[in-house]
Amino acid sequence: MTHDGATTYPTATAIAEAVAGGTLSASAVLDAHLARTAASEGTIHAFNHTDDDAARQRANEIDARVSAGEDVGPLAGVPIVIKDNICTKGVPTTCSSRMLDGWIPPYDATVVRKLAAAGAVTVGKANMDEFAMGSSTENSAFGPTLNPRDTTRVPGGSSGGSAASVAAGFAPVALGSDTGGSIRQPAAFCGLVGVKPTYGLVSRLGLIAFGSSLDQIGPLTHTVADAALVLDVISGHDSGDSTSLPTPAPRVSAHLDDGVAGLRVGLVRELMGDGIAPEVLASVNQAAEALVAAGAIVEEVSLPTIDYSLSAYYIIAPAEASSNLSRYDGVRYGLRVDAPTTGEMMERTRTQGFGDEVKRRIMLGTYALSAGYYDAFYGTAQRVRAVIRGDFDAVYNNVDVLLTPTTPTTAFKLAEKVSDPMAMYMNDICTIASNLVGQPSMSVPFGLDSDGLPIGVQLMAPTLGETTMFAAAAVLEAAQPLGSQLGSPRTLVANEGGL
Amino acid sequence: MSDFDESEWETVIGLEVHAELATRTKLFSSAPNEFGGEPNTNIDPVTLGLPGALPVLNEQAVELAIRVGLALHCTVQRSIFARKNYFYPDQAKNYQISQFDLPINIDGWIELPDGKRIGIERAHLEEDTGKSTHIGGGGRIHEADYSLVDYNRCGVPLLEIVGRPDLRNGDDAKAYVSELRAILVAVGASDGKMEEGSMRVDCNVSVRRRGETEFGTRCEVKNINSLRSLGRAINYEAARHVALIEAGEKVEQQTRHWDESEGRTHKLRSKEEADDYRYFPEPDLVELDPSAEWIERVRSELPSLPAQRRHDLVDRTGATPAQAGLIVERGLDALCIAAVDLGADGSRVVTHAEHNLADPRAVDLTPENLAKLTEMETGGDLSATQAKQVIAEMVETGASPVDIAKAHGFEAMDTDALATTVDEVIAANPDEWQRYCDGDGKLTGFFVGQVMKATKGQADGKAVSALLNARKS
Repeated sequence: MTHDGATTYPTATAIAEAVAGGTLSASAVLDAHLARTAASEGTIHAFNHTDDDAARQRANEIDARVSAGEDVGPLAGVPIVIKDNICTKGVPTTCSSRMLDGWIPPYDATVVRKLAAAGAVTVGKANMDEFAMGSSTENSAFGPTLNPRDTTRVPGGSSGGSAASVAAGFAPVALGSDTGGSIRQPAAFCGLVGVKPTYGLVSRLGLIAFGSSLDQIGPLTHTVADAALVLDVISGHDSGDSTSLPTPAPRVSAHLDDGVAGLRVGLVRELMGDGIAPEVLASVNQAAEALVAAGAIVEEVSLPTIDYSLSAYYIIAPAEASSNLSRYDGVRYGLRVDAPTTGEMMERTRTQGFGDEVKRRIMLGTYALSAGYYDAFYGTAQRVRAVIRGDFDAVYNNVDVLLTPTTPTTAFKLAEKVSDPMAMYMNDICTIASNLVGQPSMSVPFGLDSDGLPIGVQLMAPTLGETTMFAAAAVLEAAQPLGSQLGSPRTLVANEGGL
Repeated sequence: MSDFDESEWETVIGLEVHAELATRTKLFSSAPNEFGGEPNTNIDPVTLGLPGALPVLNEQAVELAIRVGLALHCTVQRSIFARKNYFYPDQAKNYQISQFDLPINIDGWIELPDGKRIGIERAHLEEDTGKSTHIGGGGRIHEADYSLVDYNRCGVPLLEIVGRPDLRNGDDAKAYVSELRAILVAVGASDGKMEEGSMRVDCNVSVRRRGETEFGTRCEVKNINSLRSLGRAINYEAARHVALIEAGEKVEQQTRHWDESEGRTHKLRSKEEADDYRYFPEPDLVELDPSAEWIERVRSELPSLPAQRRHDLVDRTGATPAQAGLIVERGLDALCIAAVDLGADGSRVVTHAEHNLADPRAVDLTPENLAKLTEMETGGDLSATQAKQVIAEMVETGASPVDIAKAHGFEAMDTDALATTVDEVIAANPDEWQRYCDGDGKLTGFFVGQVMKATKGQADGKAVSALLNARKS
C-alpha cells in the first residue's frame, strides 16, 4: 500500500473544537477512526493492544458530559494512541517485550491521567521497538509495524507504532517516547510532526524507563498546532518525578502565530554533509529559505563535538538501561521461566524474555559500568556530554533555534538494516544530541523524496525554548511543499464526511 | 579478654553501622515504614520496583540524616544518590539506591565516655532491602527448594555510619556502638533496637604487630546482633588472624558471618568473589543540596547529646567519668543536676544514681524528693541502710522520703542512745573487743553489724565507727 498523498485526516484541534461545540459526537469521531483501524491494522500492525468497547464507552461518556453542558477539556473526544511503554491502569503494557507480555499496570502514567482529564479517548497501545531500543520497530517481540506511506518500509522507531497509527488515520494523536530520536525519526519517516520536549517538561512517572536521563514523552501529530495542543496538556511539574522541572511549563499553543521575523536560525554545518542524503539536504535548505522568506536570519553554525554524541549516547543510554532493566528477573511480575534455583530462574527468564537488541545493550551498558572500565567509558561519556552541552550553549549565544535534517535518509526498507546495528545506530546521528543536552527538538514534515516518501526537518531550541521552536515550526508547516504531511487543519462538521 | 598476646598484637577495628531511620514513610515512596506487619503489606509500586515507578526522596529522612550528621560533628554537604547494582530477589529493582561518591555527611567523630574520640568517615542515606526466607537446602538461596520474599522492609531509610579504623579492642567497639545508639535515640533518628534489626553492625577487623603503622588485611564480619556478639566476634576474629600469621599464613580479605551459637565466624566470600556493584549516579533523582538555613535550623534544634550531658554532670555533681557514663545512659543526669541545684550533696546524689537507681522508673523521681532524701542523710535522720530502703520505695511509689521514713519509724537515734548501745555491744563481746583494740581491723564490721542489729538498722554506720574508734583509745 503506497499512500497517494491526497487523503487527509481530521486534526485533533478540529475534532476537539467540534466535539466541545456539540457539532460532532465523540462517538462518531471514534467510529470513523475505528473503521480505518479495522480496514488496515491487519496490514500495518500499529497496535499491541486495542479495546474498542472501552473506547466506545469512554466516547459515550464524553458525549454525555458535553450534552450536560460540561467542559470536557481541550482534547474533547480526541482519539489518542499511547506507546506501549507508558503505563495504563488495567490495560496491558508490554514494551513490546515477551518479558512484560500480559503485565497490567495498577496505575496510569501522569501523561495518561492528564490526557484523560483533558477529554481524550484512548484507543490503543502502540507497537514499538522492545523497551524502546531501535529505530525501525523491527525489534518488537510481537512483529514489526509497517509504514503506512509505503508498507515495504519501516515506520521508524522506536515509536513506530505510534507514528504509523497516526499516519494511517487510526487516531490524530499518539504519544511516543524519545531517548535518542524515537519520536522525531518515526515522525519524519511517516510524514508527521513529532516533538521531544525539554527534559523534565513532561513527567516520566509511569514511563517504563530505558535511559532515564534521556527519556522524554512527546506527541506525534499531523500538525504543529495539534502537537502544541497535546504538549500543553501533558507538560507541567509533577511531584512524582524528581527530575520534573519546577518551573511553569511554556504555553506553546499561544505562540504558534508568533512568526520568525528577526529570528536567528542556525544551520548546523556538521549535520549538512557526509552521510546525509542529497534530497534530505535539499529539503533542509528549502526549509531554511522558507524561514528567510518569513523574516528569519539564517546562518551556518558549528557544533564541533556533535560527532561524538553517538559514541557518548551509546555508552550512557545502555549503561542506564542495563540498570533499569535489571528489575525484570521473574521474581515479582512479568515472565517467569522456572528453574531449579532462583539464580537459574532469573537467568532463564532474562535469556528468554529479552530480544537480541535489548541483550546487546544490557551487555554494552554492564560493561561500560564495570570496575576498571567505568571511568574510561561512562565517565568519559558524561564528560563528552558536558562538552557537547557547552557547544550548544555557545551556539545559542548567537542563534535562537537550529535547523537540521531529522534523519540521514527517508524511511528504509524492512529488514534492510536489521542485521547491521551500526547502520541502524547511525540513523540517530541528527537526533541524539538534543537528548544528551536535555533540550527541546521536533521534526516537521518538509517535502517528499523521489520515491514519494516524506522528509522531516528538525528544529532544536535551548532549554524551555519550546515556544520559539513551535513558532518556527508553524512557519515551516505553512510553507511546506505539497504532500509532505497527511493532515490539514480545517473545520469539521458532522455531515461533511471529513472524518 | 583475648586469646593472644596483646602486648605483641594490636587489633584494629572499624565499624559500619546501619541505622533504620524513624520516618513515617519509606525513603523514596509513601509506603509506611513500620516494623512487623503481615508480609508484603507495607508496599507500593516503588517498593516493588514496578515498571514506570519513580523514587521521590523523603524529606523527613534527610532531616534525620542531617540531625545525626550534626550530632556526629560531621560536615553536611551537597550529595548525590547512586545505584548499587546487584541481583538479589529481596532487592526489588536489583539495584539499591545509596550514596557513593558524595555522601550527605562526612568527617565527624564520636566521643566515648572515657574521652576517646573515634572518627566517622561518612554517614550516608540508602534504602534497606526486603527479607528473604529460603525454604529447604539449609536456608541458603542456592540450595533452597523455594524462597519467599517480604518487601515490607524494602525501601526503609537507612543511615550507614562508617567509622574510621580507630578502635583497638572489643570493649571500645561496644562503647562506640552504645554511644552511637544513644546519639541516634537522643536526636530521635532511630529507636536503635539491635534485636529488631533497626540497628545493624558490620565489623571490620585486622591485626598488626604493635608499633607497625600499616594496617593488616581486614575481614568484614556480618550478622552481629548484640553488643555481646560484637565483643565476642572481634575477639574471635582477631585471634584467628593472629593464629594465621603466627603459623606463617596470610589473612585473606573476606566477608565472614558470625555464628553466635558456635561462637565463631564462617567465610561468606573472598574479595575476588565480591560483586562488582557498577555504581553510577541515580538518574531518577536530582542532587541533594540542603540549604545553609536548613542545616542551621536543624543544628539549633538538636537536643543536648550524651557526651555533653556527661560533661555537664561531671561539672555540676563531681561525678567521675565512669559514673557520668552510667547515669547519662540511665537518663538520670537531669534529675541529679536538678537535685544538686536544690542544694543536695552531689556525691550522695551520684552515689544513689549509680547504685540505687537501676530501675527504669527512677527517671520519674522528682529532684525535690531526691534532694530531701540526701538532706535527711546528711542531717543524720537516715542511716545509709535506711536511705537505700527509702529510695527504693520512692521509685516504687513516688512518695516523699519524709513520708516513707515516718511510715517505717525511721528516726535519727540521738547520740547518747547510740553510745549506750555501743557500750552494751562492747560489753557483750569482750574477746572480740580485745582483738579489735589490738588492731584487728576486720572486727570493725562485726561491731557495726552488732550495733545495727541491736538498733534494727537505725544507726548510722559512720557514727558507730566513730564511737568504736573513740572507745578504743
